[in-house]
Amino acid sequence: MTDPLHLQLGLTDDEFDRIVETLGREPNRTELAMYSVMWSEHCSYKSSKIHLRTLPTEGSAVLVGPGQDAGAIDIGDGDAAVFKMESHSHPSAIEPYQGAATGVGGIVRDIISMGARPIALLDPLMFGPLTEARNRWLFEGVVAGIGGYGNCIGVPTVGGEVRFADAHSANPCVNVMCVGFANADELVTGNSLTPHVGSLIVLYGAATGRDGIGGVSVLASATLEDGAEASRPSVQIGDPFAEKLLIEASLELIDRGLLEGLQDLGGAGITCALSESAARAGMGADVDLDAVPLREADMEPFEILTSESQERMLAIVHPDRLADVRSVCERWGLHTAVIATLVDGATLTIRRGGDVVAEVPARSLADDGPVYDRPRAEPAAVDPADPALLPFDGDLGDALLAVLASPAIASKRWVWRQYDRVVQGNTVAGPDSDGAVIRVPGTLKGVVVASDGNGRYGRLDPFLGAAHAVAEAARNVAVTGARPLAITNCLNFGNPERSEVMWQFAEAIRGIREACEALGTPVTGGNVSFYNESGGSAIDPTPVIGMLGLLPDYRLRVPNAFPAAGLAIYLLGETAPELGGSEFADVVLGEAGGMPPALDLSIERALIEVLVEAASEAILASAHDCSDGGLAVALAECAIGAGHGFAVSLPTDLPSHIALFSESASRVVASVTPADEERLVELAAAHAVPIARIGETGGPRAVIEHAIDLTVARLADPWEHAIPRLLGEAV
Amino acid sequence: MTRPRIGVVTFPGSLDDGDARRAIEAMGGDAVALWHTEHDLRGVEAVVLPGGFSYGDYLRAGAIAARAPIMADVAAFAARGAPVVGICNGFQILCEAGLLAGALIRNRSLRFVCEDVWLRVETAQTCLTAGLVPGETIQIPVKHGEGQWVATPEQLARVEDEALVVFRYSAADGILDDAHNPNGATNHIAGIRNDAGNVVGLMPHPEHAVDPDVGPTGGQPLLASLFSAAVAGVTT
Amino acid sequence: MTAFTFEVLVSLKEGLLDPQGKAVEGSLPAMGFDNVEGVRVGKHIRLTVDAPDEAAARAQVREMATRVLSNPVIEEYEISEVKAG
Repeated sequence: MTDPLHLQLGLTDDEFDRIVETLGREPNRTELAMYSVMWSEHCSYKSSKIHLRTLPTEGSAVLVGPGQDAGAIDIGDGDAAVFKMESHSHPSAIEPYQGAATGVGGIVRDIISMGARPIALLDPLMFGPLTEARNRWLFEGVVAGIGGYGNCIGVPTVGGEVRFADAHSANPCVNVMCVGFANADELVTGNSLTPHVGSLIVLYGAATGRDGIGGVSVLASATLEDGAEASRPSVQIGDPFAEKLLIEASLELIDRGLLEGLQDLGGAGITCALSESAARAGMGADVDLDAVPLREADMEPFEILTSESQERMLAIVHPDRLADVRSVCERWGLHTAVIATLVDGATLTIRRGGDVVAEVPARSLADDGPVYDRPRAEPAAVDPADPALLPFDGDLGDALLAVLASPAIASKRWVWRQYDRVVQGNTVAGPDSDGAVIRVPGTLKGVVVASDGNGRYGRLDPFLGAAHAVAEAARNVAVTGARPLAITNCLNFGNPERSEVMWQFAEAIRGIREACEALGTPVTGGNVSFYNESGGSAIDPTPVIGMLGLLPDYRLRVPNAFPAAGLAIYLLGETAPELGGSEFADVVLGEAGGMPPALDLSIERALIEVLVEAASEAILASAHDCSDGGLAVALAECAIGAGHGFAVSLPTDLPSHIALFSESASRVVASVTPADEERLVELAAAHAVPIARIGETGGPRAVIEHAIDLTVARLADPWEHAIPRLLGEAV
Repeated sequence: MTRPRIGVVTFPGSLDDGDARRAIEAMGGDAVALWHTEHDLRGVEAVVLPGGFSYGDYLRAGAIAARAPIMADVAAFAARGAPVVGICNGFQILCEAGLLAGALIRNRSLRFVCEDVWLRVETAQTCLTAGLVPGETIQIPVKHGEGQWVATPEQLARVEDEALVVFRYSAADGILDDAHNPNGATNHIAGIRNDAGNVVGLMPHPEHAVDPDVGPTGGQPLLASLFSAAVAGVTT
Repeated sequence: MTAFTFEVLVSLKEGLLDPQGKAVEGSLPAMGFDNVEGVRVGKHIRLTVDAPDEAAARAQVREMATRVLSNPVIEEYEISEVKAG
């Protein structure tokens, strides 16, 4: 005997009962399909909502917080920066190019639906080790897809991360972040535009096919022949050309004040866009499915309603404006279709061929989904063995070369030279910078963006791992001289129905909350990606943070690498014996246990102040975040960047390998001209940030007294070539 | 000098049209936006076909745009000797339209590449290089997936013999080798001209090389030459 | 051993969006062709295989088509032999 329909669709018995109670009757098949997609984890956030509600979301710079299509912050002079991060991991595991491409498409539509022009993309990615052929296939495909789509729509890709861990072999993670600019008074939000009863809901962009409805295909009428699976593609093909037209048409519609609302279509397709638009307007809608332009013949109502065909948008248009809206879309070669009218009340009444096929309260789909407090249970402690206690008497030079050759540390140039980082002409600093710097057109302001997330720390302590992600993202923004203002996030976790995963999630939220409160960077929105596990093994808890900051004058941005010889090198912050979860422990010691480094958020905050002030006084010649791989790697990167070597000695009693490779937090390597040394020390003292002069830049060698003495060229070789070599590309 | 009027055509999918207009304005010209379906060049003195992915590069890069209504007017404009410059996708469109020799195919690496490259100027007999000296090198970014210039043996012989090569990818000191060729283009050719020198196509992006805050400035002398050619007027 | 020449036509599976086909179809009316629909753009691959007989050659082409010439997740293929004329 087969399971009842609702169970096959992924709805629980309780959820089914709730639907019956809401409707006052049993749902029909079409209505069941709508609930099954809207109440899915992906769309309803049912396992994460209660935790997400504890995050700090308010601040003087926040214009739009969580709950809209994207977040927005005030960057002065009436300008707004709109940003959000999302995941598209599961589709990318099946078809990496198209999965990643459509991930880019989706997040870009979230930005334009706020009335903002997309101006930058970042891509935090996680794969299994590149020594395995399948992981190389996934890696190459995802990078090609992000480039193929992002480059074709004319949005520069300016940053991101690539990390590697065994668990990602079966579960690659693809997160994509988009930033846009808008006039603050033109932002499209539930509060800014006023829909009217009688206003029209216009679908524009691509036609609707059967993309992405695999999950509800069990509802297909029995008359579908063989090959039905092939006709319900589980992979969506992205069309970046159509997306580019969508961007231009949508922004023109907003610029000309022709809309009462704008919504992108993503997960759960028309059902989601319709129910959210209507619910936000506090109205219902009369919907005519016959008006939806279809790409396939004989589509059933549930297919039309749940299709995830790409490159479609929904606009709310006053009838008087319809002709103008049509003419803008036509000029850009886009189809328009009036598919619904806003009505009094709260119900979505959906008709096909004149008959009512579904009648559902909009709010019940969009806002009143189930909310769960899933059980949490802390798992047995991860191996607490502290790698800092392990003896090490190997060659430090060899160790540094090995760490530099680790794919997580090595140069990602192979990746980002496949991305257009130049289009739109405002990229002051791109993927080779700790924080990307994008000029706000027509101004001297620069918006700085960085993304960070460390699954290895998360596995050892999800609370600390999450707090570190926030701190590191803030630090990567601050080393350019910009003040970190707010974050978006993408929370990548395993199966929330497992109590240990839920515990990890709650702990990570706690970490983000504390760090954001301490650093003054509220959360403006984000994405939760659960169920990143197969065969019972889950990915490490990996919250990825996207941090946004502001430079009042982009010309004062601070580079990362030593720009010249004859500069003094300073280390801000202090080094403790902390190798837990470090790259050195993993690559050289083969030891994965321990605790992540400690994190003192008040020192982190003070460090940020020092960096911002020093940059505003133009006294920093360079500043680079000290993180993965520790101080030795940070110094090496500072030297490789512009080819200037260094000679430093480390004022420490720690064993050399620990001094070099500890990943203690809240540290920055900075260089200053001799004339500015005193002022930097003064600033650090004023904010109680530890600071030590450790040496000078210059020459072709990288020298750490009693520890490392190699040419910069020798260090550069493994760092520059590790990834191309792993991919079998001749260097 | 009077401000030259430089038209920039927007096709569906053009991406660097805005960047081209901004660069023209920054260098002291008047940028005029032209639309692909119109037959009106609005009295401009030069035309730029910008970079991007017109029509998504579908079918062949530049193939559909080359057959747009405005291209008939651009061809007539070029036939009268007026300056026409095709940048990246614009170069692909000029080749597809038969206004320049050869064709652009997928990069030899089969990958998109975005890098700053050095170009060696091969001739000053063009609307884009009149102010430069043959043999000098300039630095400009490339960003393309289909930039490998190829031609039939006859076309290639003619392009070389008649000195129709305008730029080659090179090292900073002008040396030609594979390491400095980002896409495998035949004879390291990055840009070519027509016989009269008033039509030039190049894969690199001079419009992204005028602002020292965001990159190299090798595009400045190119735009300056174009402005001079525009102001000097049509020759026939 | 004999040389057998085959043509493999690779196309996107039915039901999948074909952005190239869509763009080409959209551009035809402006060139005066307004009676065209259903444009799908695929790939044509030609190759010659040395094999003991036609059946073995075709079997190998089928394997190559599945493993590398097409992406079975989103594409399907048709094989036809090209007889020397």
